Amino acid sequence: MTNAMELYQMLPKTNCKKCGKTSCMAFAVSLMSRELTPEDCPPLKEESKYRENYEKISELFKPSEGATETGLIVHEDLCFGCGNCVVACPPNVANDPYGVGSGKAPTNVNRLVLIVEDGIVKAQNLGECRRFGKNKILCYGCIVTCPVEAIEFV
Amino acid sequence: MEKNYYVCTGCGLLCDDIEVESEKNIINKVYTACRVGVAHMKKAKGETNFLVNNKPVDEATAVREAASILKNAKNPLIFGLGTSTDETQILAIELAKKTNATLDDTSSFCLGPLVEALLKDKLKTCTLEDIRNKADVIIFWGADPSDSHPRHLSKHSYFPRGSEKQKGWEEERTAIAIDIRKSHTAKICGNYFFQIPPGGDTEFIDALIAALSGKLPKTSYNFPPKKILELANILKGAKFGVIFAGLGLIYSLEDLEPVFRLMKILNEKANFHLVPMVGHYNMRGFNENLFAETGYVNRVKFEDGMVKHGPEYSVVESLKAKTVDAALIIGSDPLSSLPRSVSKNLLEIPVISIDPCETLTSKHAKVYINTAISGVESGGSATRMDGTKVSFKPVVETIHPSDEAILKKIMEAV
Repeated sequence: MTNAMELYQMLPKTNCKKCGKTSCMAFAVSLMSRELTPEDCPPLKEESKYRENYEKISELFKPSEGATETGLIVHEDLCFGCGNCVVACPPNVANDPYGVGSGKAPTNVNRLVLIVEDGIVKAQNLGECRRFGKNKILCYGCIVTCPVEAIEFV
Repeated sequence: MEKNYYVCTGCGLLCDDIEVESEKNIINKVYTACRVGVAHMKKAKGETNFLVNNKPVDEATAVREAASILKNAKNPLIFGLGTSTDETQILAIELAKKTNATLDDTSSFCLGPLVEALLKDKLKTCTLEDIRNKADVIIFWGADPSDSHPRHLSKHSYFPRGSEKQKGWEEERTAIAIDIRKSHTAKICGNYFFQIPPGGDTEFIDALIAALSGKLPKTSYNFPPKKILELANILKGAKFGVIFAGLGLIYSLEDLEPVFRLMKILNEKANFHLVPMVGHYNMRGFNENLFAETGYVNRVKFEDGMVKHGPEYSVVESLKAKTVDAALIIGSDPLSSLPRSVSKNLLEIPVISIDPCETLTSKHAKVYINTAISGVESGGSATRMDGTKVSFKPVVETIHPSDEAILKKIMEAV
């Protein structure tokens, strides 16, 4: 992923404040934190001389469109449903120790974060994910267990 | 609420916790199964096919034609059965006896020797449940379950918590991969991946045995001795170790003698078990059924009530030497899977193909009978890779006859 400085280089750099931020650099930082989207910069969106940069920036933020609230993306074309993440996911184990925690079928689907449906992992109940909420931590449980890098956080 | 679970017959794991949503005999959603299993369960198909010389006929004609081919042959070959139920396999053995046939399955060029050693109690083995509950050191040798048996690691061998392994994989289990390439499984094993050159397994075993006995491990391909010593130390500390032996290991060895030596020393220093990574869902079942009947796991020839056994009765050798004069292929596609130099001889003899899928073999068969997908459209029982018996019921109904029903009819007609 890119950084705020790289994004800034692609912005108009006029500090016009139309986006509501004090400078283009501040806008770049807001873009990075996903507070604002590329559409929030009117000159970038409307003026033809910035079109190329606008497309580039939009492209960078495209994968996050399908992301869930915690930023979790499942690349469905890569996932083959091995279920490693389902069994390794700490909230899954805590909420269903004798089902998915023991490698078996889920017994309590409603409280699970990850389940396998039609051979592909599906994320749900993200309120239970350890990357979410007040006590959030940077958990990598589902990423390190995936053999094909089908799960990504943005 | 008691849930209705089905068994997936997509691979040798026979996962027994699959939930299915179906409507009007069409499977809409499959839960918990991997992509292999979903594809296997969803491949429902259209009308029934009975073909003789690629022309549609009715069932009776196809069965009559098949029976007459078998009757007129002096030495028919019966091959396949890895994806058939125990009941079908027992029928096929009976049919082979009745027709003086050569009987073989894919295990003769696959994991047959290993299953034979297990059935003769030459190697220590255990069930997948034991592995889930107790295993602390898990070796994948020449196997890549992430691709071949996708739920292997998550359902049994590495990630799940078991009765004696409550803390989970990070703290209580060590997964080791020994392979010639960095497979998907090897990736999960991280630092415990040992990459060896193709054919280097025997030397690696010898080096490992040396390391286990406190000697300096040497290999001609200069594998870092420090890494082998490190591996030996992990193995020595295993309270419940298991080796999953895949085709990569078997193909690389001349015979199983190095495996016996390794297992012997491992069991002197620690506690180790071996489980073959069986691919087809009931290949081990065929080996066990034939073993119970004849004392051999594959490669047999029945002749007037006598049983002959030897490498010359394997599918490859008998086709190569052209000793068979007809073939009954059940649930297998030798024209695609065997080398052309061998399989082309199938084109010279009448072939009966009994298969739920249209394959290259079925297209070149004299008689083709389209059967139900066993485990999805027909029930029965099978043997999992670790030797556990699993029974299953059909998920959906079908107009296709099961291979068991067809074999019964052929048997009556012969």
